[in-house]
Amino acid sequence: MNPLATLAISFTALSLVAVGGVTPVLPEIHRIVVVRHHWLTSAQLTDLFAISHAAPGPNMLLVALIGFQVAGLPGALVATVAVCAPSCTLSYLVARVWQRFRDAPWRRAVEVGLAPITIGLMLSTGISWRVAPARGGWPPRSPARRLRSYCGRA
Amino acid sequence: MTVPTVGEMFWAFFRTGARGFGGALPWVRRMLVEERVWLTAQEFTDIFSVSNFLPGPNVLNVTVIVGSRFHGVPGALAAVLGLIALPLVVVLVLAALYARFGQVPGIDAILHGLGAAVAGLVIATALKMAGSLLRSPRFVGFLAVTFGAIALLRWPLIPVLLGFASVSVLAAWFRRA
Repeated sequence: MNPLATLAISFTALSLVAVGGVTPVLPEIHRIVVVRHHWLTSAQLTDLFAISHAAPGPNMLLVALIGFQVAGLPGALVATVAVCAPSCTLSYLVARVWQRFRDAPWRRAVEVGLAPITIGLMLSTGISWRVAPARGGWPPRSPARRLRSYCGRA
Repeated sequence: MTVPTVGEMFWAFFRTGARGFGGALPWVRRMLVEERVWLTAQEFTDIFSVSNFLPGPNVLNVTVIVGSRFHGVPGALAAVLGLIALPLVVVLVLAALYARFGQVPGIDAILHGLGAAVAGLVIATALKMAGSLLRSPRFVGFLAVTFGAIALLRWPLIPVLLGFASVSVLAAWFRRA
């Protein structure tokens, strides 16, 4: 299949399962990019992961780097749109529903209940940022292992 | 509270994206709550909480929800494009360098330097968001348990989030009555 189409399909699917951002789906990205399609080696993927962390913006832009390696500029744009559009569309729809139930008591309970969980998650992210580059340094010695240990739960 | 125009939102998010090293979320909060005062701290925390349970990068979800709250689809598009425009260009330049040279000089140094700064920024933002909520024992309890499970025990993310969130939401619901 055309690599652009493959990129689009793979990352569209990824977009809708990537709860918690790019980190939890790193093993899946590794499987798609290295194991399944042989677009990159593990070492290259790890390099790109490091680059995506050093650049501004959401770390999800890792997929733009992957897309660029696979099919140049069009690849980068296709990968970015594929990974952003589905989750953004879903957010938009949820936001509309959320606005509609502005005064519903259950909505308040959901917000109050979710706050400690998400702020706890954010604190955890902060800690892992501190630990990740310090432990073993960059670039990591064993890329596949590093990717796994970065997500910590593959 | 002021209601921004679509153009104002694009530029505000554009500037935020340019600053967002190591994740744009702390900067997005600062821009929305502290600098522009388009949202209250409470509104931001509510939107952020919901965003974390939607797929995709949470900062993009926050951006879509904020954009659409003010101006529907055009607002959401303007905010998202603003946020990722510059980072995307930077990433593409880095990608081109990497494709040509097989490495990007200085990345290791940048990462080492960023590590501590980003960690501090993220933790400070989380504590700021917790703010007055820290006076509630229930909030602190769920916060501690979540942090312990993810950061210390390294339990799997999705089951932890779904499990703890259900209990926490139920607790909030029964507490309310």
